[in-house]
Amino acid sequence: MTETYSSLTPLLAVMVPLAAVVLIIVSRQRPNLRESWTIMAALAQFALVASMMPSVLDGRSPETTLFTISPGIALALRVDWLGIMFGASASFLWILTSVYSIGYVRGVSEHKQTRYFGSFAVCLAATMGIAFSANLFTLVIFYEILSVATYPLVVHKETPEAVAGGRKYLVYALSAGVTLLLALALTYYESGSVEFVPGGILAGDVSNNTILMLFGLFLVSFGVKSAVMPLHSWLPTAMVAPTPVSALLHAVAVVKAGIFGLARAIGFIIGPLAMHQSGAMDILAGLAAATIVIASLIALRQDNLKARLAYSTVGHLSYIVLGMSILSVDAWTGGLMHMVNHAVMKITLFFCAGAIYVKVHLQNVSDLNGIGRQMPLTMGAFAVASLGLAGFPPIVGFISKWFLVSGTLETGQWVFAGAFLISGLLNAGYLFSIVVRAFFAPSDKPMKFAEASPLLVVPLIITAVLSVVLGLFQHQVPYFYQLASWVATSIGSGGGM
Amino acid sequence: MSNLPVLIIMPLLLASFLAVLFGIWWPGWARFISIIGTGMALVASIVGLSKVLSTGEALHHYMGGWPPPIGVEYVLDHLSAFMVVIINLIGLIAVVYPPAPGLYEVPRKGIPTYALILLLLGGLNGTVLVGDLFTLYVFLAIYSVATYGLVSLGGDRAMVASLRYLILGTIAGGFYFLGVGFIYFTVGTLNMADAANLLPAFYDSPTIMAAVALIVVGMGVKLALFPLHVWLPDAHSYAPPVVAALLAAIQVKAAAYVIVRIMLTVFQPEYFTDTLPVTTVIVVASAGGIVFGSVMAIAQSDFKRMLAYSTVAQIGFVGLGIGLANPLALVGGLLHILNHAFMKSCLFLVAGGIKHQTGLQQIPRFAGLGRKMPLTMACFTVAALSMIGIPPTAGFFSKWYLVLGSIDAQNWAVVAVILLSSLLSAVYFFRAIEKIYTKSSEGEPAVEQANEPSARILMPIALLAGGIIILGLTNAFIVTQVLNPVAALLSP
Repeated sequence: MTETYSSLTPLLAVMVPLAAVVLIIVSRQRPNLRESWTIMAALAQFALVASMMPSVLDGRSPETTLFTISPGIALALRVDWLGIMFGASASFLWILTSVYSIGYVRGVSEHKQTRYFGSFAVCLAATMGIAFSANLFTLVIFYEILSVATYPLVVHKETPEAVAGGRKYLVYALSAGVTLLLALALTYYESGSVEFVPGGILAGDVSNNTILMLFGLFLVSFGVKSAVMPLHSWLPTAMVAPTPVSALLHAVAVVKAGIFGLARAIGFIIGPLAMHQSGAMDILAGLAAATIVIASLIALRQDNLKARLAYSTVGHLSYIVLGMSILSVDAWTGGLMHMVNHAVMKITLFFCAGAIYVKVHLQNVSDLNGIGRQMPLTMGAFAVASLGLAGFPPIVGFISKWFLVSGTLETGQWVFAGAFLISGLLNAGYLFSIVVRAFFAPSDKPMKFAEASPLLVVPLIITAVLSVVLGLFQHQVPYFYQLASWVATSIGSGGGM
Repeated sequence: MSNLPVLIIMPLLLASFLAVLFGIWWPGWARFISIIGTGMALVASIVGLSKVLSTGEALHHYMGGWPPPIGVEYVLDHLSAFMVVIINLIGLIAVVYPPAPGLYEVPRKGIPTYALILLLLGGLNGTVLVGDLFTLYVFLAIYSVATYGLVSLGGDRAMVASLRYLILGTIAGGFYFLGVGFIYFTVGTLNMADAANLLPAFYDSPTIMAAVALIVVGMGVKLALFPLHVWLPDAHSYAPPVVAALLAAIQVKAAAYVIVRIMLTVFQPEYFTDTLPVTTVIVVASAGGIVFGSVMAIAQSDFKRMLAYSTVAQIGFVGLGIGLANPLALVGGLLHILNHAFMKSCLFLVAGGIKHQTGLQQIPRFAGLGRKMPLTMACFTVAALSMIGIPPTAGFFSKWYLVLGSIDAQNWAVVAVILLSSLLSAVYFFRAIEKIYTKSSEGEPAVEQANEPSARILMPIALLAGGIIILGLTNAFIVTQVLNPVAALLSP
């Protein structure tokens, strides 16, 4: 990134959902009007993000500097390559999730829908704020808002399990919040700055012990949302939330905010050079590799479909973390691409789980015998996304995995390449077994074609098709490959990769 | 010489007499006169603050035209201007909040309440404005006496709490008085600026050391600094909600002001940090108070009592700011005086609103209130998040400066305590939030029939809740303009 220009668009992208919150509350008595605000906000947000894409691809960053939030630190938004990758994928998937949500909450007659849609919009505003934060202080503010705004969605059902899940979530999220405050303060104290600079701001002037301590703090702070083991256990519990929440927040926005924060901390604050010298990346790589294998093994044993998907998410998030900790340009590229690719595929799977739940009220894998004959479109999309997550070409998951594995081989870290390959097999095991069961297992009742409402089915078909299209035309749709490799190169340009 | 410093105090003292005088015949006038009096004091203090900010110099007033050290001096500098604006702002909100039935046990429609609130405010303003050690004692006594009266308005148990507070408060006042006496007999002056010039020659004198110890312990009691806090939980939880709001928000902070003032203006800060271990003691006591207060708050089921123990913890943050004695921490501590004033008065007024609408004060019975009183509960949630320290609410920023300050002091134990306290406050506030929003009101007729309080109750609450967010976003302005000049006194 070479130049920045002043623009209000980043701010608008953050504010649009907040304006929608007000409108959602005001029109709480009229559900159709209320839901139209959500859809309009999602469309507007994506349009705003998309409108910045050309100039960002040109290397020019739109920037909004609001005001001084603490002496010497500005509350500022800046859209760089990394930010727009996260922002564009989250805001695009929000459009589909909004449509899906309407079908879902009406399909199962959820209560307190105003609170549901309102909290959802706050989460998307916060996610966009995280994506576009120009410095760590701004990121921390939005990150904490996201932590709190997710709570009403986790406890949404208000059952004892939901309340218990909410408590567990809070313990993890707020503990991460206080370590984040300390990490922020320590960064500021050591370097006198909290700006995001590709290649980091700490290299050279800070002792190894401080780097390790700071890295440990960032790891706890962002590791909770990225569900790196042993900080992952809130995520399966949080699956008690309505499925659209699991789909967008617990597969895309919230967990990727953790990944994104980790990418900012490693690539733009600590810097690969300091990471390399302090040995911090070995710790991270070990944790991530262990998470990948263990989470996949646990996923095999889950009968509850959403729990299985949750452990799959835990594993795939660590693909990205492992990619970042390998400190090679290829691995970073692969990791960042996987941030987007996993989002598209995993949201498909969650959408499918929700459609099945709404239509036939089944949640357990063992009950899904023959469901593919009843809901062929849903299970077809499920099959596509499963193949993708296992890493089969031409689906998009293959490409990110290709880069990740070639990154490990380039640096000679065979063990980690092994972790990716084992996990690929396990993925096929725990996901494709569902597909096989759905289409080929005999079922005791006759299955007739009966799909869920189009509000549910159309979004999941779109995401499934998208995961193929992105995989086939990676170079014709150059955004994500280009952006990811540019980010990786810019971080590595200062050395250490 | 400027008349502004006394123009802040006079309307309050005058109004407290007029409120009784007119209120006896026309009860409605008492509230009206109080609002006018407090409003005038607020305007004068805002004018004063802007003058201090624009000139960068303190305003002095010599009572009766007698210059110090003979006469009594009133000084409006950055620190006292900051304090008077907080005091009068919270004071105005408190007198606007209606003296609704059920909140006070007081005859004659709250007329004595108004007189006492105005006396309290007058005393607090005097305490922070006066530049004379003895007159400070007089104002201290004025606001203390008003407090004892106000606390006792909460009913039978409040009377006992008030008596206990009266005994301890009087002893504390006596300690301060004795300390000032020692200083006077050593240096022969009561004027702060004059004493500051004369004192360094006597820094080795045991009398002065004893004076410092007496003053700090006396003010520690008034500040409710752990373990001298024993009077606070009863007094604050049995007092009427508006009174509790005033006490927690501004009254206890006056003692913090006195310690800061004496440490920075009357003595040189090094005397408190290096020569005597005063600041070390304050840090240990504050850290202990933060942990103790938070844990005790978790153990409470009575809403106001939980808030009272939370105050014991929050005072620890102010204490840490003073005790760590570096500019960043002091900024954090002073900023917390302001932030906590907004948060805690908002919470106590919410407690009043709930009590008024439902008669309830036990948290386990609050189930379902989120549906019935959505606006009040939204304000409660904002204040609670600020107490926990979630950005961009104000509470986050005091913690931010305090954490920076404790890193600067390389005091990692204090860092751990500050972070731990966030989690502990999350426990007791989210317990209430969970109850309010995720449980249904089945079997609680008081909640079933509840609805949003009237605008007269809701407006002050909403103003404070909005203020919490605005303070958070504008903290950089407050810090650079108002607090950094104060913190600069630490390293002359």
